[in-house]
Amino acid sequence: MEPVVCEKLTKRYGEVVAVQDLDLVVRAGEVYGFLGPNGAGKTTTLRMLLGLVRPTGGRVLLHGQPPGDLTGVGAMIEGPAFYPYLSGRDNLRVLASYAGVDRRRIDVVLDLVDLAARSKHKYATYSLGMKQRLGVAAALLKDPQLLILDEPTNGLDPAGMADMRALIRRLGAAGSTVLISSHLLGEVEQICDRVGIISHGRLIEENTVAELRGGAGAGLRIQATPVDNAVSWLRLVLGPDAVTVVDGTALDVTVDPSRAGEINESLVKAGVTVSELRARERDLEQVFLELTGGESNGR
Amino acid sequence: MVGSFRAELTKLTKRPATWLLLGIALTLGALFAYVIPYLGATNGSTGPTADRGLAATLPASIVGNTLGGYPVFLGALLVVLGVLFVGGEYGWGAWKTVLTQGPSRLSVLGGKFAVLALAALGFVLAIFLMGTVASLLIAAAEDASMTFPSAVDILRGIGAGWLIATMWAMFGAVLGILLRGVALAVGLGLVWMLVVQNLISELAAPLLPWVDSAQRGLPGPGAGSLVASLGAPVGTPGVESVMGGGVASLVVAAYLVGFVAVGAVVLRRRDIL
Repeated sequence: MEPVVCEKLTKRYGEVVAVQDLDLVVRAGEVYGFLGPNGAGKTTTLRMLLGLVRPTGGRVLLHGQPPGDLTGVGAMIEGPAFYPYLSGRDNLRVLASYAGVDRRRIDVVLDLVDLAARSKHKYATYSLGMKQRLGVAAALLKDPQLLILDEPTNGLDPAGMADMRALIRRLGAAGSTVLISSHLLGEVEQICDRVGIISHGRLIEENTVAELRGGAGAGLRIQATPVDNAVSWLRLVLGPDAVTVVDGTALDVTVDPSRAGEINESLVKAGVTVSELRARERDLEQVFLELTGGESNGR
Repeated sequence: MVGSFRAELTKLTKRPATWLLLGIALTLGALFAYVIPYLGATNGSTGPTADRGLAATLPASIVGNTLGGYPVFLGALLVVLGVLFVGGEYGWGAWKTVLTQGPSRLSVLGGKFAVLALAALGFVLAIFLMGTVASLLIAAAEDASMTFPSAVDILRGIGAGWLIATMWAMFGAVLGILLRGVALAVGLGLVWMLVVQNLISELAAPLLPWVDSAQRGLPGPGAGSLVASLGAPVGTPGVESVMGGGVASLVVAAYLVGFVAVGAVVLRRRDIL
């Protein structure tokens, strides 16, 4: 049974459509990245998954059931939110009471997010990064099979971000299903198995990171001399728009990377010396910008 | 529900504002129900409330004297408590943190309401204890009678105080839910308690007979009439006898049930944003 299934999920606020006809499936054991610019509908979708917001249309199933008591589901939505007059540990105690979780679990999750040493200090005194880590600790309280994290590395310093990514990878490797939303493409690229891209409330792409990077727009990067001869020959063979000169010495060639051997042989026969020829993959940022039409994160 | 109750109890008892409100309630209660009336009586004051005299501060009058604050100033503090306890969840954005742990909205709200009712009882008992100590000190100082009312009268007084205190706390809680926060809810709650109720009873009711009739259905006059029926000094702000004690109890209880119901329905139906 898939941990997360959304079917035609829609949310409208009056005239504003926040999410529209969104179909999404997160498979067991995968780390799924939910990408989109700010305001694209990521958080609204996650809130609907958790029953915080009622969908206008469509439905959500978590482990085959509508969102209810969220058994086996842990989540942090839109940043951490705790009681400032309580310590980090007391905040987790309160949440453990709601969840019916053994209090011994509190020490485990505090260690997991490296917050045990400051756990007796008031939440109000925590830095943004510590608050974020406490939020993740709260999401892990129930030792969930499905973990939903909204922008989990917000506010963390580079070391904290690396720790968080390592934690998410460990959870994924241990068999947990993780759904993370983010607008940090490098982060998603590093830790996610599959990616869904949402824009203006619609899921516009869903694929593995490798497939997305190797799709349309992929090609070859070639270093060859003389450059002019190489350009002329490749344009003759592949078409005038297939070759772009980069920094005056390298060529980006739009062609199926599997044709690398054939291209190499052809260039050599044309009297061109090839010193480097490798597959050129797009990074996720390029894919994202192409799919969202360059929509700004800060719009 | 048990887990929610335990969690809410921790949140309430560890919150400094709870104890600050209790401290203010005890201080104001001691000051206006005992210290000032006692000083007035022993100084031979002839002010407008001097007729209460020393007798009002002695143990025999403890029920009425400690209940007198609930229609207005103790009530206002309980409204603030209710707003802080429920509206604070919106202010801190903590509803999502709580609800993603899995409890149902009604279970969390049930825990909150139960803890608020318990806190209201705590307030009433603390005020009564303060009254006991203060009245005994005054009786000892004046070599006056230390006889308390019967246990039944005391229990009836504590019960009435608890009913009114819980009703005001739920009024604050429902304001916190309806207005999804603390600031506006506290402001409007206090405006109702301290201004609108007075305008209705002192200005509008004497001028318009239908307002005079209608105000009998409001929570403030209900609370005022209930405590008046149990001996609270008439003339204390909000203490007035516009209906009998039995009817007043029903009015206050109806508002208590109504506030709980409105809070539950609204919280259950609304999105948590």
